[in-house]
Amino acid sequence: MPDRGRRPPLRDERVTLAHGAGGKATRDLVAALFLEELGNEVLDPLGDSAIVSPPKGRLALTTDSYVVRPLAFPGGDIGELAVNGTVNDLAVAGARPLFLTAGFVLEEGLPVAELRDVVVSMAAAARRAGVAVAAGDTKVVERGKADGLYVTTAGVGVLEHDVHLGPERVRPGDRVLLSGTIADHGMAVMIARGDLRLEGDVESDTAPVHELAALLLSLGDSLRWMRDPTRGGLATALNELASQSGLAVRVSEAALPVRPSVAAACEILGIDPLYVANEGKLVAIVAEEVSDDALALLREHSLGSDAVELGVVDGEPEGMVLLDTALGGSRIVDMLVGDPLPRIC
Amino acid sequence: MRFVDEYRDPALARSLAAEMRSLVTPGETVRVMEICGGHTHAIYRHGLEELLPAEVELVHGPGCPVCVIPAGRVDDAVAIAEHEGVTLATFGDMLRVPGGHGSLSEAAARGADVRMVYSPLDALELAHREPDRHVCFFAIGFETTAPATAVTLLRARAEGAPNFSVFCNHVLIEPPLRAILETPGLQVDAFIGPGHVSSVIGTDAYRFIPAEYGRAVVVSAFEPVDLLQSIAMLLRQRAEGRCEVENQYTRVVRPEGNPRALAAIAETMETRQDFEWRGLGVLPRSALRIRDELAALDAERLFELPGARIEDPKACRCGEVLTGQIKPWECGVFGTACTPERPLGTCMVSSEGACAAYFSYGRLRRPREEAPVGA
Repeated sequence: MPDRGRRPPLRDERVTLAHGAGGKATRDLVAALFLEELGNEVLDPLGDSAIVSPPKGRLALTTDSYVVRPLAFPGGDIGELAVNGTVNDLAVAGARPLFLTAGFVLEEGLPVAELRDVVVSMAAAARRAGVAVAAGDTKVVERGKADGLYVTTAGVGVLEHDVHLGPERVRPGDRVLLSGTIADHGMAVMIARGDLRLEGDVESDTAPVHELAALLLSLGDSLRWMRDPTRGGLATALNELASQSGLAVRVSEAALPVRPSVAAACEILGIDPLYVANEGKLVAIVAEEVSDDALALLREHSLGSDAVELGVVDGEPEGMVLLDTALGGSRIVDMLVGDPLPRIC
Repeated sequence: MRFVDEYRDPALARSLAAEMRSLVTPGETVRVMEICGGHTHAIYRHGLEELLPAEVELVHGPGCPVCVIPAGRVDDAVAIAEHEGVTLATFGDMLRVPGGHGSLSEAAARGADVRMVYSPLDALELAHREPDRHVCFFAIGFETTAPATAVTLLRARAEGAPNFSVFCNHVLIEPPLRAILETPGLQVDAFIGPGHVSSVIGTDAYRFIPAEYGRAVVVSAFEPVDLLQSIAMLLRQRAEGRCEVENQYTRVVRPEGNPRALAAIAETMETRQDFEWRGLGVLPRSALRIRDELAALDAERLFELPGARIEDPKACRCGEVLTGQIKPWECGVFGTACTPERPLGTCMVSSEGACAAYFSYGRLRRPREEAPVGA
């Protein structure tokens, strides 16, 4: 590992177009900020490509862009989100996350201290998830052309098992498990934006679910399908499962874990928590006979202490998600139409 | 959650369901119209129809404020939004309502400045924050939302807001109810009265319904147990041979309404000669306009508006849905040419619209509801 002490200090207080021009300012920003916080033996050489040896097993590749406003919100910030979101996409595909890349689009005028906060939390999130940031890029756009900063991360993971996950493996009678409370992230960001004039102790749930996913993978073929229900919420994840599998998913409103403060905020705004984003949750379909064991595995982990069995997969009605309401009725849970919600991830 | 859970108690719901079963005559259908779109949404969201006796049939009424706005008024709003230097502020639901030349959200995509607000006061604050732009609030709604617009107009006058105006589309609840009650062959036996409108206008405002048209009314709150209790109250009136206006929403609604809210409306707005309603046509004295004294805040006087009457799409039967003559799925384009993603008619836009609520939440229940009329 290079000697951090010899890196030049970054004296600029704000990001300027020069930081994206590829010259000395860019070099200083990369050395004093990105390498300082994210450095590792793959990233440090700063080659045009990071070079790694291929791991044994199938590879998982994914990418996601993060455009949340505000950049920091109760429970996390865009940096943590950009690591966890991509780690989670790998994890629910059954992969162990290995490497990330990060592309930054910075807005001219962004305070360097804010950028450093974001990069510091990316580094902490990467350590927590056991991934290395292997490559990166920085561009600067004129003031007014971006909300402070955007980050795109890509991820590489390895599948170290033969379990095949997918909607085609889901069978009627399988159980729906959820690792914890829903709607925390989306409501935390909406409240943090301040447009709604709501205050509340609602925190984002941003967290890496790779350990929860690994626990479920120990069930082998009895694990059918996993998803992290982010944008569009649990309702969207379950609708995608229903339409791709051609089966019905029936869930219980009474079993749905929603924090009281989140439920109250949703109630006031007329928003259905089923459609609100999560950033540290996992929804899984498992065979009926392992459902209790799977739930016990999830609950042993600190991120799964509120895990529940939420419902069951049915043969009919084809392609639909149904909710048994707490009151004893039932209704369809449809795909979200339009976008009533502000940008949150 | 306190103040919510009490009204969503499954045990209470079951006991009300049992009470309702004891109040109906087997085989004798009772058609109950919920006037308010908020009720329609709550009924579907909580799956209430499954808890009702088979004899009770719900008919969804005209009280979705988004659904009754005609395409021509949307075009007027688009015309305002497309003025250089103008920001049009409105409730989120209005953005997707189709006009004759597209929706406000399509206008925004072409470059118009259209912003979503949660209250008219937010629009006024936007005007203060951005003094270089003119902010016009696209006001819609029944007597429920009119007081908030009225208070905003009064505040704008008091504070002086040279860059603020209101495009007033507030409507009144009584004229469409009369239009429905006078529909030949009306098949509605009783009404669930709107809760929030009634908090402003009071329960006395519905006395004409039993007096002139012989139909019972129960003004209801919005939680599922409230709605079940209101339907039970209607069935009890019927069983006891009564026909009157009752108030289930006593925790909010007074017989005389809210005098201060009514005074604010009267100070700022007056009844229009007539107003076009989506699906119902032109109804006399059915809407509000801004008074002459506040002309400087009236977008209809500040901007030149197309003011065109645009025929509803021929295939769209919103009018018959709004008056309870057909169920949403009996419309030929329901779920095919008209879906929440691409609505032809306004009933498919708002989650309070009968078609959208039915499409999103209830389409499985069709077989039961298709039981022959009068069976």
